[in-house]
Amino acid sequence: MRQVYLDYFSKTPLLPEVREAMIPWLTGQAGNPSSLHGPGRKSAQALDEAREAVASLIGAEREEIIFTSCGTEANNFAVRGLAAAHAQKGKHLVISSTEHFSVLYAARRLEKEGYQVTLLPVDRYGWVNPDELRKAIRPETVLVSVMHANGEVGTIQPIEEIAKITKEQNVLFHTDAISACGTIPVDVKRLGVDAMTLAADQFYGPVGAAALYLRKGVKIFPFLDGGGQEEGLRSGTENLPAIVGMGKAAELAREKMEKRNRHIIRLRDKLIQGLLSVEGVSLNGHPTRRLPGHVSVSVPDIEGESLLLALDLKGVSVGLGSACNSKALKSSHVLRAMGIPDRQALGTLVLTVGLDTEEADIDYVLKVFPEAVSTLREFSLQTATNK
Amino acid sequence: MQTSSQRTEAKGLKIPIFLDNMSTTRVDPRAMEEMLPYFSEEYGNASSRSHPFGWKAEEKVDEARARIARLIHADPKEIIFTSGGTESCNLAIKGVCEIYREKGDHLIIGSTEHRATIDVARRMERQGFRVTYLPVDGQGLADLETLRKEITDKTILIALMYGNHEVGTIHPAAEIGKIAKEKGVLFFCDAAAAQGFAPIDVEAMGIDLLALSAHKIYGPKGIGALYVRRKNPRVRLASIIDGGGAERGMRSGTLNVPAIVGFGKACELALQEMDEERKRLWKLNEKLRKGFESQLDYVHLNGHPTERLPNILNMSFEFVEGESILMGIKEIAVSSGSACTTATLEPSYVLIALGKGVELAHTSIRFSLGRFNTEEEVDFAIKRVTEAIKRLREMSPLYDMAKEGIDLKSVTWKKE
Repeated sequence: MRQVYLDYFSKTPLLPEVREAMIPWLTGQAGNPSSLHGPGRKSAQALDEAREAVASLIGAEREEIIFTSCGTEANNFAVRGLAAAHAQKGKHLVISSTEHFSVLYAARRLEKEGYQVTLLPVDRYGWVNPDELRKAIRPETVLVSVMHANGEVGTIQPIEEIAKITKEQNVLFHTDAISACGTIPVDVKRLGVDAMTLAADQFYGPVGAAALYLRKGVKIFPFLDGGGQEEGLRSGTENLPAIVGMGKAAELAREKMEKRNRHIIRLRDKLIQGLLSVEGVSLNGHPTRRLPGHVSVSVPDIEGESLLLALDLKGVSVGLGSACNSKALKSSHVLRAMGIPDRQALGTLVLTVGLDTEEADIDYVLKVFPEAVSTLREFSLQTATNK
Repeated sequence: MQTSSQRTEAKGLKIPIFLDNMSTTRVDPRAMEEMLPYFSEEYGNASSRSHPFGWKAEEKVDEARARIARLIHADPKEIIFTSGGTESCNLAIKGVCEIYREKGDHLIIGSTEHRATIDVARRMERQGFRVTYLPVDGQGLADLETLRKEITDKTILIALMYGNHEVGTIHPAAEIGKIAKEKGVLFFCDAAAAQGFAPIDVEAMGIDLLALSAHKIYGPKGIGALYVRRKNPRVRLASIIDGGGAERGMRSGTLNVPAIVGFGKACELALQEMDEERKRLWKLNEKLRKGFESQLDYVHLNGHPTERLPNILNMSFEFVEGESILMGIKEIAVSSGSACTTATLEPSYVLIALGKGVELAHTSIRFSLGRFNTEEEVDFAIKRVTEAIKRLREMSPLYDMAKEGIDLKSVTWKKE
């Protein structure tokens, strides 16, 4: 049976070139970059080079990159660290209601510490309305956090427009660009953001390496205390193999983005078109302003999990709602915020096309998907009649 | 000229010889072998239960958790994965402070703890907590009578490491645990240096929180763990990284599956080989110490002579700066002071806490042995280090004066 992996959003596989770059740092006697001896200095140099590559991917300076262990950490760092460092200005945050849990929960934590948080509504595509944002900002607002692209529905936010408003209002702006970085062109200077999160495992790099971009001059409260690595802002021995891998993945993403996306977008569009031809199926998120490989579809009156398992039996791996929260089966907060009714939202699957996806994979999925849907529909019809 | 002889002697030895295993270790090939598949074909997000890639990953994570738990006699459910030892220390102390603040605002912290603990304690001080830094004796042992006296009804946490990362001194964890239990105070033990080199039993030792790090025991970097006791008492922690709710809600984020797999294997190997390896390392350690002591005068052992990790030998070589020694022995990678503070030229706070004085602290070298070091390497190190120190001392007027019997403390120095 054909095996098809369409869950690139949950994690992209590691590219062979990236793995090759990492392995010497895993198997060899790599020194600690803080050590003064030869092996230590060699490690420090590799760390510098990776930092440079990551900075280049997003148009930043090397000194503006702080490495962390994962995107969740970087988001917590940004939200809590920026709020704490600028608390003298005020204790109010504005975040969009479709943020990843790492941003939402970090904000909720701040609420317990006496901060006020305004959740921005989104429209049916998942877009934040710039006028709503303008209205939400108060004199005591210290931080706005709106994600660049939503990983559940694929919508790309108008980040530049949001940044114009925050600049005008003199408020710091953080964007969680985990789903966007390495996938679509992202330039921090052009976007005008003050802080941005990116993670290697979203662009064919390893897990265990992510980064927070922090614009030069922006103050942040240190996240992990200890050895003083990362300019004292994030202590802990650097995960050098993963960081080297992130550097290599960033380099490849920058070089090959256009070529990759031509392939991915073509397959994605074919997939969307095919899925939408199944009766009742609807696309979530923006029809055009969406991530290259991203498809989110809802099938009303069918449980997403049943459909996922049915597809799994046919060898097709897809994602269900938010990948990081797949242990809880309830309508996703993103779909709810977009006003998608529960009977539709509960039947939502996320199919993400990636580098290794072939045309034949899409053909296969488009063959088994309608079959799975009609089997499940028949089954639910039967149960309904038997009642 | 020494280049030609150097080459001959170094024959068969891989230069530089890495005697800095306490700063980081090489991944054991057996751990590497288990990790490798998870870097490629076995991709999948462990919390993504929805497809087989995810299931397989989750199974391997569970297995690793069990292996890690076994090393410290814990229940797998008590293991929380973090990004490393530093995060574990941050999570333990910040997490306890936030939850138990209503109970009290006082912490007792060992004065020779790793920077990750000391710096977090300082941060807590700035946030209104009171911190007592527990002194140690000349061999690095905390005085337990003082500990007992310092505990008040406002004390919420005792943080005392198991083995020290710089001098290797091992704290009597079981006795500390007993005192903590008696007084109803939580006991956090940083075992990042001792894990795998000294047996740990969180039950017998009464440890409530324990920090572990994979890259110090031939596992990969970027992964560590915090043991969090689940009963007698059930320890509660405020998370520092929130999100998807993984790791009992104490640490969110995508699980680093390959690193976790490697960590698990590293713990399994450490446990299997601990007895044999401890004996072997002690032998090498003693050889190294005796080698220096028999050929050099004015050398001092820092740390406890016997209650010490078998892989650490910290010695001061009077009249020669640690930095100069490092420069003089390029074929051997060692560290002067703590790995994380070598970028600054401050004397090691650990040695200062042992009452060694700035001079001895500045002339100290930490040799940390590991699984991949051989007797030949140790022999080579003895020879090279001895040569370098003799050469440096030849240039040292202080050494000449000491040899002539002048008491250096009686000399008044003129400022230039």
